[in-house]
Amino acid sequence: MAIPLSYSMRNLWKRRLTTILTVSGMALVVFVFAAVLMMAAGLQKTLVETGSDDNVVVVRKGSTSEVMSGIDRRQASIVEMLPQVAIGGEGRRLVAKEVVVLIALPKRGAGNSNVVVRGVQEASIPLRPQVKLVAGRLFRMGSSEIIVGNSIAKGFTGVGLQGTLNWGMRKWTVVGIFDAGNTGFSSEIWGDVDQVMQAFRRPVYSSLIFKLNNPAAFPASKTAIETDPRLTLEAKQETRYYLDQSEMMAKFLRILGLSLTVIFSIGAIIGAMITMYSAVANRIGEIGTMRALGFRRRSILAAFLAESLLLGVIGGGTGLFFASFMQFITVSTVNFQTFSELAFKFTLTGRIVLQAMTFSLVMGFIGGMLPALRASRMKIVDALRAA
Amino acid sequence: MLQLKILFRNAFHNKLRSGLTILGITVAVLAFGLLRTVIGAWYAGVDAASASRLVTRNAISIIFPLPIAYNEKIRQIAGVKLVSYGNWFGGIYVNEKNFFPNFCVEPRTYMAIYPEFVLSPPEKKAFFSDRKGFVAGRKLAARFGWKIGDQVTLKGTIFPGNWDFVLRGIYRGRDQTVDETQFFFHWDYLNETMKRVSPGRAEQVGFYMITVARPDLAPDVALSVDRAFKNSLAETLTETEKAFNQGFIAMSGAIVTAIQMVSFVVILIIMAVVANTMAMTTRERIGDYAIMKTLGFGGGSIAVMIFGESLVIALTGCLTGMILTFPAAKAFGQALSNFFPIFIVSAETLWLDLLAAFLIAFFAAIIPARHAVRVGIAEGLRRIG
Repeated sequence: MAIPLSYSMRNLWKRRLTTILTVSGMALVVFVFAAVLMMAAGLQKTLVETGSDDNVVVVRKGSTSEVMSGIDRRQASIVEMLPQVAIGGEGRRLVAKEVVVLIALPKRGAGNSNVVVRGVQEASIPLRPQVKLVAGRLFRMGSSEIIVGNSIAKGFTGVGLQGTLNWGMRKWTVVGIFDAGNTGFSSEIWGDVDQVMQAFRRPVYSSLIFKLNNPAAFPASKTAIETDPRLTLEAKQETRYYLDQSEMMAKFLRILGLSLTVIFSIGAIIGAMITMYSAVANRIGEIGTMRALGFRRRSILAAFLAESLLLGVIGGGTGLFFASFMQFITVSTVNFQTFSELAFKFTLTGRIVLQAMTFSLVMGFIGGMLPALRASRMKIVDALRAA
Repeated sequence: MLQLKILFRNAFHNKLRSGLTILGITVAVLAFGLLRTVIGAWYAGVDAASASRLVTRNAISIIFPLPIAYNEKIRQIAGVKLVSYGNWFGGIYVNEKNFFPNFCVEPRTYMAIYPEFVLSPPEKKAFFSDRKGFVAGRKLAARFGWKIGDQVTLKGTIFPGNWDFVLRGIYRGRDQTVDETQFFFHWDYLNETMKRVSPGRAEQVGFYMITVARPDLAPDVALSVDRAFKNSLAETLTETEKAFNQGFIAMSGAIVTAIQMVSFVVILIIMAVVANTMAMTTRERIGDYAIMKTLGFGGGSIAVMIFGESLVIALTGCLTGMILTFPAAKAFGQALSNFFPIFIVSAETLWLDLLAAFLIAFFAAIIPARHAVRVGIAEGLRRIG
């Protein structure tokens, strides 16, 4: 017959101070574990949502980001004429030839950071349905007007509506602010491609984005681009392109998070172990009585293990509860891979909840196993005598 | 003396529990020390930077080049001693995982500006006279097993194509704070090739390195350089090497802050564990305290005993952790030498370790000590029961 769970629960309640201390140790570990995973998940989510499945990004072969790439006008017009390119509303091809450069802007709070300036064409806007204007108006083609993403408007100084920036011996006026949701575009500045190229003396485009007329046509367009001897370009699906950009950072965060939490969990496991050993030591008499009443060794083992697992559940739950508030926080940092500013939110996914709870149960289990074994191995006579 | 003996006896009364607690503190101090060292490694570039060196780059951002013609103009500015220039090359060796910093530079002036890169005279001569030659740091050469005379090919990401180089020298750092994982080759090699393949990108450099005659001239020289190119197509931004490196770190500031915060969280975790141990210990010993009170010991001496016991446990764990930090940092540094070329445990870290131990001991003992001081004699004795 099993010892009821309420026995274990009441024991935890009886020694509140110890329980609270042990649980808070575990909760902190789970908090760190969940927070780091949430950061990696948020980064990846942001970059994945930036891309769209039926868009294709074309960059120069070997370049890992748009900033490094260069496509001259002749090559760009060859790609533009591919049969796989979708035709938009007024019979125009949905192709945008864009230029991407980095400029240093003063960040609110501390120092300068690199911000992406993207020179876009009219087709760029229907290609990115996530981008929505929230204040002001769109820039006029052929003018020195720019619009900025909301993360930039919030995080940097001097880029509010009607703010001006100086580069390329010209003054650029901010006429609009756009919201691109949880995507990388929210951390960009957009202007007319021809004006931006002229200002930065860049005779070449950085990348070319087009929409496929049929999502299944990607392999055909890829082969057409990469086997054409006139082109030194490569094509990637937009989702893939942005996922690749998040890979290094996300991996760095995950490895950092995992190694940290493994080290930290040693502390929390030791805490649980100390608590459970003393729980056993204080209750030798009780254990003896229960054994004398006819409870089996494995029931005793189960009862103490349950107590330790309960510690794990409470610790995990508390840690996750506090970690879930991290979702209100937006982090803005430089992505090592593209060397440009990117804002993203901590994101709690079901998978992370599951991982964190498993993790804290494992901590409880490891911490409780040895003490529970000791309790179950006691001889009835010794236990009763010790009491 | 007798008190000290009691403290130790008490601390190790329950061997299993104190052993576990000490182990926990050891691990926490170890983790704390390693995290501080990681942050230190992040700032290693700033600490190694010299105050008399200036970096000039394009004011728009680091990705824009400056014309080579600026070289002569900068040299004419008063206070400038030496000028060198170069480009971040961003080449990949075999595959992207083998990352290391690679630059093309004007070799003669660059080596003169960086005396901390030590190269033997014959190697220096061989490097200067071979346009396809390169020098690599000792750690970098060891990592890929390169020997003098070996041919190495990098795949360009910013400058397309495959680039062949011949290893002409392996530099050593003047001391252990010098990064020995860099790769330098001739700017001329890049420039001649760019003239042929894409003339629009030739005759340009990514940055100028300037040494000034005296460190106190640095701010004035920086201003005069920037003034000289004001209102030109490529305006410049000149700052000390320290500020330049600091700028890079500020960009990834969010991550440094996160690591910093996490390093304090580990102390909090272990504080909870030690507090738990102390709470249990005093609860078991409440009868002893009652007897001591009966004998005439005041609440103060009992509190001292509890704090002392907590301190003995915390310090034992802390010292073990501090001793273990050194081999751990060495192993860690070797595993991560690609990310952190310099990985040294600083004296400051050790002081912080000690401070942490004292804080842990103090905060862990507050509640139990308060309880033990307040408990009435009769109540305490009754518990022995």
